[in-house]
Amino acid sequence: MDTKWIEKIVDRYGRDKTRLMDILIEIQQEKGYIPSDTLPVIARMTGISQAWVEQTVSFYHFFRREPSGRYAVFLNNSVVANMMGRDKVARTFEEETGCQFGEVSEDGLIGLFDTSCIGMSDQEPAALINGKVFTRLTPFRVREIVRNMRAGKPVEELSTSGYGGGSNALPLIRAEVRNNIQRKGPLLEENYETGTVLREKLRLLTPEEVIWEVKLSELRGRGGAGFPTGLKWEFCRRAKGEKKYIFCNADEGEPGTFKDRVLLTEYPGLVFEGMALAAYAAGASEGILYIRYEYKYLERYLNHVLEEMRKNNLLGKNIAGIEGFDFDIRLQYGAGAYVCGEESALLESAEGKRGEPRFKPPFPVEKGYLGRPTIINNVETLCAAVKILYFGSEWYRTMGTENSKGTKVLSISGDCRYPGIYELEWGYTVNDILDMAGADDVQAVQVGGPSGTLISPEEFSRIICYKDLATGGSFIIFNNRRDILRDVVHNFMEFFIEESCGSCVPCRNMPWLLKQKLEKILSGHGVWKDLEDLEKWPEIMKINRCGLGQTAANPVITSLRNFRALYEEKIQKGRCFDEGFDLEKAVEESCEVVGRIPLI
Amino acid sequence: MRKKIIATTSLAGCFGCHMSFLDIDERILDLVELVEFDKSPIDDIKKFTRECDIGLIEGGVCNSENVEVLKEFRKHCKVLVSFGECAIMGGLPALRNTVPIRECFEEAYLHGPSVEEANEEMILPNDEELPMILDKVYPCHEVVKIDYFLPGCPPRADLIWNTLYALVTGEEVKIPYEVIKYD
Ligand SMILES: Cc1cc2nc3c(=O)[nH]c(=O)nc-3n(C[C@H](O)[C@H](O)[C@H](O)COP(=O)(O)O)c2cc1C
Ligand code: SF4
Ligand code: SF4
Ligand code: FES
Repeated sequence: MDTKWIEKIVDRYGRDKTRLMDILIEIQQEKGYIPSDTLPVIARMTGISQAWVEQTVSFYHFFRREPSGRYAVFLNNSVVANMMGRDKVARTFEEETGCQFGEVSEDGLIGLFDTSCIGMSDQEPAALINGKVFTRLTPFRVREIVRNMRAGKPVEELSTSGYGGGSNALPLIRAEVRNNIQRKGPLLEENYETGTVLREKLRLLTPEEVIWEVKLSELRGRGGAGFPTGLKWEFCRRAKGEKKYIFCNADEGEPGTFKDRVLLTEYPGLVFEGMALAAYAAGASEGILYIRYEYKYLERYLNHVLEEMRKNNLLGKNIAGIEGFDFDIRLQYGAGAYVCGEESALLESAEGKRGEPRFKPPFPVEKGYLGRPTIINNVETLCAAVKILYFGSEWYRTMGTENSKGTKVLSISGDCRYPGIYELEWGYTVNDILDMAGADDVQAVQVGGPSGTLISPEEFSRIICYKDLATGGSFIIFNNRRDILRDVVHNFMEFFIEESCGSCVPCRNMPWLLKQKLEKILSGHGVWKDLEDLEKWPEIMKINRCGLGQTAANPVITSLRNFRALYEEKIQKGRCFDEGFDLEKAVEESCEVVGRIPLI
Repeated sequence: MRKKIIATTSLAGCFGCHMSFLDIDERILDLVELVEFDKSPIDDIKKFTRECDIGLIEGGVCNSENVEVLKEFRKHCKVLVSFGECAIMGGLPALRNTVPIRECFEEAYLHGPSVEEANEEMILPNDEELPMILDKVYPCHEVVKIDYFLPGCPPRADLIWNTLYALVTGEEVKIPYEVIKYD
């Protein structure tokens, strides 16, 4: 076998085992899969065992061990995709290609695969084809795309749709993705030139003063957990270690969230400046933007922005003329795993390993990337920090509520006329937001994605803020035509089953058990005991190691709490046991195989 | 006090759980003071002769006979206990659940190393007398209602004893840590 091409790739990353993700991504992109005979070469050159390489490969959805077609179609199967007609699109793909999802067409041309939310909930159904994003798919467009595949056209020419607005149309992106910015606040307002804070503010402020200003603003993490940002920066500043890192978390895997994608498309300079600001505060010298594979189409553009910033002395040595302020940023792509948004799993992944969360403590601010002090912040948090330094914490605190200051960028999708992103001060009610988004006849809203809460109209006067309805930004609307249990809860449970890293027993098994129960109830075999089980069993989920497992039962817990009638109406009254066991069906297959007539 | 009546059976199990039951050693003398056995491999009674208080089920459900026996147990026992991993989750036999039935048969009767030469006519057993194989191995509670579960492969003798003792006397069951620890 010719191994030169692999060696070249591994050499490009300095034979560094911690760059295993990059190595594998390049092989995946070059070959369309990771051929088995590349593994020993990688192992030998990076000095790790082949099993190590293998376990990393096997962890990530987009690393394929088998050829996946010259065109590999990954069609999103998130809840919103289904609501917007994914089924018809999927059927059309199957009819046109002659293969089922999970298979490759006989001629090896086209592979069809499911994938979790790809961050396009405001323009579903959407798919990735060889890394390129296709949104708002219809059966008509699918036929056109498959026809073009058969004609051997490059992915860029598969579809005749135009480009999305804003930077999406730039030569470096050329994507049909739309921004759908529906409402701007101070974060999304274009009254700011990238680099101003670095150039004009920092020379007047010590790192401690920067931290103090962020603390005064009461900014809390926008990635979901809501940890006070100033405090995190201070912890990292105080942590011992000659080298420190700033990570920006752009994994954005929570179904229904897509605001970080828009921020990275339209305000990448602001994001990178936020990282530099955090670096100044903490004394860090290296920054890494950990970004999900689904956003690979932004890679060239983001690298270009970084290059421009280096040219403008906003990155590199003595940034903005400040002596000793050295900091640079690189991109680190993931390869398809929701759990890698969890900060310690993200670090594991960035070190070239399986994305399995670490035990905490120690927290990343003490022992993070490569065991060194590391700040991890969400994309939006970093943008907000820059604006706070620019306009002042005083100004920032005038927005929001008592316990939640400033604004939040929401990703709104589902049954409404104006899906997209909305920057709002904290404190609006769910009703206000439904009004803004043009949603009528609403049956339920999922706040915070599958790991969040499903609320009913009785709770639509609740307030979006840390104290009441906290959210990382996902806001999915369901109207009265939706079947909440079948379309929503079931889909979410499948999501968690797919995405659990598998380390903790309850997280690995309980979502599956809950899904089975749900299916039993949906098929008419449910009894009261099943509802009791659904209520009791999830308690054990608290002992899971990370937030994924701790919240993975939430779809069941919150729908049972707020939509109990939907469950109860499907329960058989007057029966206390029914597992739906059907002897006739159970022996059918074996009797057929041995050629006997079942006698029951 | 009337002696409680116990029935036991091994469905798709290896008899290991019953062996563990016998590991209660000299307490078996106490046991016969407390209970009588009805249908069970222990006394070799094949058919229920009366209504029972407690039924112990070893093994999961892999064929039509298992279904029948299990349903009989449910009918004749007030309390049913799944004891052992196989009864609770299918256990080792359930490893076949991911393999299509046809492949299982072919491996077992046609191509397996122990049958390769012996089965020249390539027969898959299909006599009416034989139980019919189920599409997968089911845990007992997916076929009938089960009241209690004793984990372990096999469950420790002490766990079996403590449970039986509690069920018979109506006292609270003792489950100290040592009895349900598995490594
Ligand atoms: C399963 C899981 C997925 C997560 N995904 C993300 C994500 O995609 N983006 C993000 O910023 N934070 C995510 N988080 C939260 C991060 O662990 C971390 O709290 C956050 O990045 C810290 O940044 P912040 O303080 O600026 O919010 C996730 C957490 C869990 C448990
Ligand atoms: S809770 Fe789930 S995702 Fe998190 S570490 Fe445990 S198994 Fe992995
Ligand atoms: S649980 Fe273990 S000991 Fe009991 S029948 Fe199954 S394999 Fe045998
Ligand atoms: S769970 Fe693997 S041996 Fe018990």
